[in-house]
Parts: sequence; structure tokens; C-alpha cells
Amino acid sequence: MVLSGCDSNEALSLSKKSIIYCSEGPPESFNPQTVSSGTTIDATSHQLYNRLIEFSPVDNAIMPAIAKSWHVTRDGKMITFYLRKDIQFHQTSYFMPTRALNADDVLFSFNRMLDASHKYHPISGGKYPFFQNAQLASLIDNIEKINDHTIRFRLSHSDSSFLANIGGDSAVILSKEYADELVELNAMQEIDMLPIGTGPFKFKQYSSGAFIRYEPHADYWRGKSELKQLVFDITPRDTARLTKLLAGECDVIAYPIAHEKIKQHPNLILESVISFNVGYFGFNTRKPPFNNPLVRKALSYAINKQAILEAVYTGQAEIANGIIPNSSWAYDATITSPDYSIANAQKLLTQAGYGNGFSMDLWAMPVQRSYNPDAITMAKLIQADLQKIGVEVNIVSGYEWSTFLRKVSEGEHQSVLLGWSADNPDPDNFFSSLLSCSSASTGSNRTFWCNKRFDQLIQKALKTNNINKRKAYYSKALRLINEEVPLIPIAHSKRYQARDNSVKGTVLRAIGGVDFNGVTKN
Amino acid sequence: MALILTGLQKTNMLIFTLRRFSLFFFTLLLLTMLSFSLSFLFPGEQLINLTGQISASPEQLAVLADEYQQQSGLLSQYVSYLKHLFQGDMGYSMTSHLPISSEVLNRLPATVELACVALLVAMFVGIPVGFCAAIYHRKAPDNLILTIAMIGYSIPVFWLGILAILVFSIQLGWFPSSGQISLLFEIQHVTGLQLIDILLSDSPYKWQAFQDATRHLILPVIVVALAPATIFMRLARSAMLEVLDTHYIKAAKAKGLTFSQIIYRHAMRNAIIKVIRDIGLQFANLITIAMVTEVIFSWPGIGSWLIESIYQRDYTAIQGGLIVLSSFIFIVHIIIDLVYAALNPLAREPRHGT
Repeated sequence: MVLSGCDSNEALSLSKKSIIYCSEGPPESFNPQTVSSGTTIDATSHQLYNRLIEFSPVDNAIMPAIAKSWHVTRDGKMITFYLRKDIQFHQTSYFMPTRALNADDVLFSFNRMLDASHKYHPISGGKYPFFQNAQLASLIDNIEKINDHTIRFRLSHSDSSFLANIGGDSAVILSKEYADELVELNAMQEIDMLPIGTGPFKFKQYSSGAFIRYEPHADYWRGKSELKQLVFDITPRDTARLTKLLAGECDVIAYPIAHEKIKQHPNLILESVISFNVGYFGFNTRKPPFNNPLVRKALSYAINKQAILEAVYTGQAEIANGIIPNSSWAYDATITSPDYSIANAQKLLTQAGYGNGFSMDLWAMPVQRSYNPDAITMAKLIQADLQKIGVEVNIVSGYEWSTFLRKVSEGEHQSVLLGWSADNPDPDNFFSSLLSCSSASTGSNRTFWCNKRFDQLIQKALKTNNINKRKAYYSKALRLINEEVPLIPIAHSKRYQARDNSVKGTVLRAIGGVDFNGVTKN
Repeated sequence: MALILTGLQKTNMLIFTLRRFSLFFFTLLLLTMLSFSLSFLFPGEQLINLTGQISASPEQLAVLADEYQQQSGLLSQYVSYLKHLFQGDMGYSMTSHLPISSEVLNRLPATVELACVALLVAMFVGIPVGFCAAIYHRKAPDNLILTIAMIGYSIPVFWLGILAILVFSIQLGWFPSSGQISLLFEIQHVTGLQLIDILLSDSPYKWQAFQDATRHLILPVIVVALAPATIFMRLARSAMLEVLDTHYIKAAKAKGLTFSQIIYRHAMRNAIIKVIRDIGLQFANLITIAMVTEVIFSWPGIGSWLIESIYQRDYTAIQGGLIVLSSFIFIVHIIIDLVYAALNPLAREPRHGT
């Protein structure tokens, strides 16, 4: 009797003190340096790691993290970070740290991405999309260790988005001691699959495509989490996630459907944040007929965005006039998207020599993201829209998410429905990552559009600290996108999340997705 | 009915066993031929379909081509494919890049667990109810049972599964809607059979885990068991009616045995043997139902894995899964045949062998 009583009490505390988060897809890696997909960032960045500086969940202002303070010289070319001394790495079954975080770890984490001759650089494919898109390798001249807890970045030129980039989700700090140990064990590739970080949770187990199990990091410098376990239950189907929430199998779910039903439920809470994101219809500008800007422009007239907004986003989004959401300071209200006009579309198509129409493939992403909650429906609406101008659309769907991303970044598609969630609040994050020439080679520019003038404009915008000048450059860049139409921005959405009301704390953030630090359950 | 085998019966049993095994052997051979030819019929390169090495370098492919004797004739290619199969090498999954054999070993036990529990439930519910119907032949209980059996058999399994989730998981919140066990419990994978693994584990939450796993099992088992249970009802009913019509039952009645003595001592045993013969056949049906159910309840079994592989166009996994699943069904079929033959000497007569 006594035993069983004790037993059930303990078990009660297990489910009462653990959180199951039903996520929408499997992570590609456990190191956010190597990927740019939001699913991976959600699963890893804020649970396992810290950055030198981070964004406040309240107003997205920069706040101290691993660096307790920093100093920027007047010319903006030298930035010195002073590190905290009390930051411990995770203790796990596969690694026992012997020292606290110091400047060597910071140096290692950045050099791995920046220095192509670094022995860890080619591990896991050698692609660091976010850093390559932000062109940090050419921006950072060198990184210097001043002493064990001071580190200095020297930049080749002043760049106003540098701090925002350093605080981005991908700029995480890894353990050099662990990396060295893996070199000795000849298991270097494990650094990204068996992660060691400094974040609030440590890695326990990953069952491929099924779930991730995290445990709290006992020596976390912001204080140990009260949870016993944090489990990411990977549930790609949105109906399955809703079912699990209603049946009490998940405490928090990503991208809920049936918002009204959740709102009416007494024990459930629906939350949303206005995201820095854009859902778009992109053209592979290397493949005919989309190598012709006239065809792309014609299609931009033929798409009824308002109908898509109502059917796909159920009104929970705004029409995108450009790739920048209107909450960004770089937004220019004078730039508008082309009005829906079949006549204009037809005219342009005839001008381009496709008066009789053509047939095309449209790849619809297989998962729900906040920027595109239902790509298949959107694809069907676009199919109907384009039929009116004689363009026949074959919808390509059914690939699993990681396969889909791989094929699209290899350019197998003709056109694609995708989107982008910013990793930091700086507007450059949209321009460089989505449409620059450098991102065309890393694969995050899925249109493969490479325009010298556009690249020059966004480079100039980065070189000045004058916000009005930057705004002017970005306006020009936005106009250029409107003329060339490498992609048609569709909508900026809100990101939703539903949770059981026993879960307390802020999970969802405008930038950087989910963060379970400080979340409790009672 | 005592099981005393005379010399003749023993030989008959041996011949029967040999016949079954030769049948098993040739069926498997045909299956491997089918699976081998699938690698040609699927789109893409045959060697890659066979091995699943989609990201292999040209050098690695050359080594593989050598291993699978791609330069030789079709027959030696097939033989080398068989060799790999017998070494347990079914290639690699095109999506997860894990060996098919390890994926199968991970997934098959969950299906075995679900199918076996469902089979037991179907038998323990279906057969007694069927007997009951036969005993009350052409009376109200018989009609009622027949009606229920007909309805149960006609309900599409996917609809039943979704309805069960809607009512018992979402509305009432009694049972979970997906998976084998709550993810919070860490249970070591030993046998793969969840309930046994929990009992073997040294988790402090063992008892709670066992309860949780049982709660997860209930809905899928009921959904899988319903259709086979109704079939068992009808089989048991007709078997019992047949037995009750035999001379030895009439003789027993004439000897003045009570009705319950007749049923329990004579009729039931003989009727059960007739039902057992059909369990093997029903098992294939049950696995098909289990595959659909696994998808609905996100049960981590081989059925949902195979269906997912079809969606992903993971040709290597489809070929491997096909062989494993059909061999599994076939082995169960043969075991049940042998049990039946051991219980019933009449079945061992050569004229019944097929």
C-alpha cells in the first residue's frame, strides 16, 4: 500500500512537471549554425544554446547573454565583448565538461563557420546558411582573444546589422573542449548530432522523426528549469496535433488549427505573435519560362491575394506588399503590390510570347509554417487563378519536409510556395537571406535570382549606420523586386500556438520561435 | 480427444510438415523474385532502388555494383541479391538512411504486439459469442448476434478508428489517441514488445508506465479486433452447428448426458478445432486492418512505416517491408496450420495438402 502510494505520487510529479511540445517537423540537425529552417531553430536554438547577446522577449531590444557587456568603437569597426565567468556547459552521458565557458569556446564557434580551413568547417556539409547569407566571413576581419573572458571582433567595414546578426538564432556558442574530445575519438560529425551547449536544457535522446527528449541543465546560469523533462513530440499532421492537445497528450502545440474550438475550450489558451515573416510564391529564375521577367510579372497580376488570405490564412495575416512586414522600420508604404488584373496579366504574357499559355510545376511545401499554414490549398487557389490566363499548374506535393527542402535548394522545382521567418529584427535578414547572390549559392535563395544592382543596394544599406539612408536603399531594393518579381510575396502572418492553461510562462517569441526557458507547469 | 499418434499418423505429420515447408520455401522464392523485379520496375536506377544508397559517390556505387554482380547476367544478380537478403542486408532506407533491417526490427515488434493482443481479444470474444449463437440457433440471441456481427464486419476500419478517437479521446478523454506510450516514460528497447519491455525495465515509474501503455493499447486493439471478432463469431457459430448435428453428439444425447456436459465436453473442443484452421487465414486480414489502424493511431509499427515509405517513394523500404511482412504472415499461417494438424489427424491426410 505504502509503496504503491509513493509510486503514484512520483509518477504524478513526472507528468505534472514535464512538458510535451507537439512540434510540426523533425530537426535537420542539433546545431542551428548549420541550418536555417524554423523547425530546427525552434527545436534547438533556445533550448540547448546561448548566444553572445540575445533579444529581449518583450521589445526585441538587444540584451546581454554570454557577453555581460560590450563596447563598439566610434568607427563601428571594433566590437569588444566581455564574457560572463559562470557559464557551465551541459553534463551528459557522452561528455563531462571540466571547465566553464571562456573565450576559446567563442573563438571556436565563430571560426568553425568563418574559417574555411578550420578542421570543423566541412563537418555536416560545411554550409552555414545564415552566416554565409549575412556575408560575415568577409565582414569579420579577425576575432581576437584578449584574455580568457574578453573577445574582440574586427570588422572590415562598419555594418549596422552586425550586433543583430551576432544575436541571431544561428550564432550559438559551442564547447571547444567537447570538439577537441571528439577529434581524439575521431567522431567529429557527432558535434551536431549529440549537442553540447550552455542553454536551459540538455540533450537526452532523439528518436529520428519521432521525438526529442531534453532534460534541464542543472547548472544553467539563469537558474535551473523547474521542469523534469521537455519532450518535443514530432507530429507533422495538424489534425493530429489538435487531437493530442484535446486528448491531453500534448501541453503545447505548434501551429494549431481550429482556432475557434481552442478559444471556446475552458482549459486551453490560444496565443499569437506578429511574426517577422513572409510567405511567398517563388520562381526558379534559372528555368524557362521563368527566366523571363515578363512572365513572372504577368503571374503577379493574375494572383488573387485577397482570396488566398481568406481561404488559407483565415484572415489571420496581412497582404504582403513586399518581402518586409509593415512592423519593420524598413517598410515603405508607397510600394504596393500589383493589383489583381487578368487583363494586365494576359497582356504581359502575350508580350512575352506565351499568349497561348504554358504548363508549369508548382511545389507546395508539405508542412504548416506560420507564413504558410496550408500550402496545398494555396497551390490549388493559384492553380485556379492561373487557369484563367491559360497557364496550367501541376501541383507537386507529397515529399517529406527535409527531402522537399533538399530538392528545392538543388533547384529541381520550377516554382515553389515557401516562406521565410527572420532570425533577427534587422531588415537585412529578409533581403540577404531571400534574394542575394550569395544565398543563391547556399540554397536559401530558392529563386536563384542574382541581380548585381540589388546586391549593391543591400551592401550599401549595410555600410551605413544612418537609418534614413538605409531605409532609402531598402526602398530601392523593394522597388527592384517589384519590377523583376523573382518571387511574389503573398502574406505576413501571425504565428499561433495553443497550450493547456497549466503551462505558465512565455513560450512563443516574435523572433526566434519557441523558448522554454523559465516555463513552468502546475 | 487424446493426442496419441500412431506410427502412421507420425509419418503423415512429417509429410504434412515437409509439404508446408516446401510451400513456404517456394512462396518465399516467388516473393523475393517479385521484390527483385520491383527494383527494375520502380523509377530510377535499379542498383540504387535495391540498396537505397541515394547519396553514394561513384566509387561507392562501383563497389556496390560489384557486390551485386551488376556486370553478370540477371540470374547471378538475383542470386547475389538473395545472398544479401540471407545475411539480413536489405539495403538502406532512402529517407532515414538507416539499414532496413534495423528499421524493421524496431517497428515489427509493435505490430506483433498489437496484432497478437487483437487476435486474442477477437478470439476470446468472438468464439464464445459464436458458440452462444449456435446454442440458441434461430432464437432471439442468435439473431441479435448475427446482426451485430454483420454490422461489425461492415464498418470500415478507418472510420471506426477516427470515431473511437473522437468519442473516447477527444470528447470523453478516457484514452490517448496516439502512440504506444506517453513519451515521458523512458523504456529501454529490449524485445520491442512494449508491455514486456516495461516489465523488464528498472524505471521508477514502471507501474505507471504499464498502466499508460495499456491505456494506449485499448483503442487500437478494439478497432483491429472488431472485424476478426465478428468473423470468428460466424465461424464458431457454423462450426458448432455442424458439430451439434453429428452422430456422436446425438449418441451422447442418447446416453443421457446433460446439455452442458455435451457442450463443454464434446461439442466445444471439436468446434474449436474447426475455427483454429481459419485463424491463419484471418491473420493476414488482421494485419491489413492493423496497418490502417497504425496510421490512424500513430502506432509505431511496421504497417505505418510501410505506408509512410510508399508516400515517400522509399523504394528500398517498400521492397524490404514487403518481404518481411509477407514472410511474417506466412510463418504465422504455417504455425497455425501445424497446430491444427497436430490437433486434428484428419487434416494430415495427404488429400488435404495444398
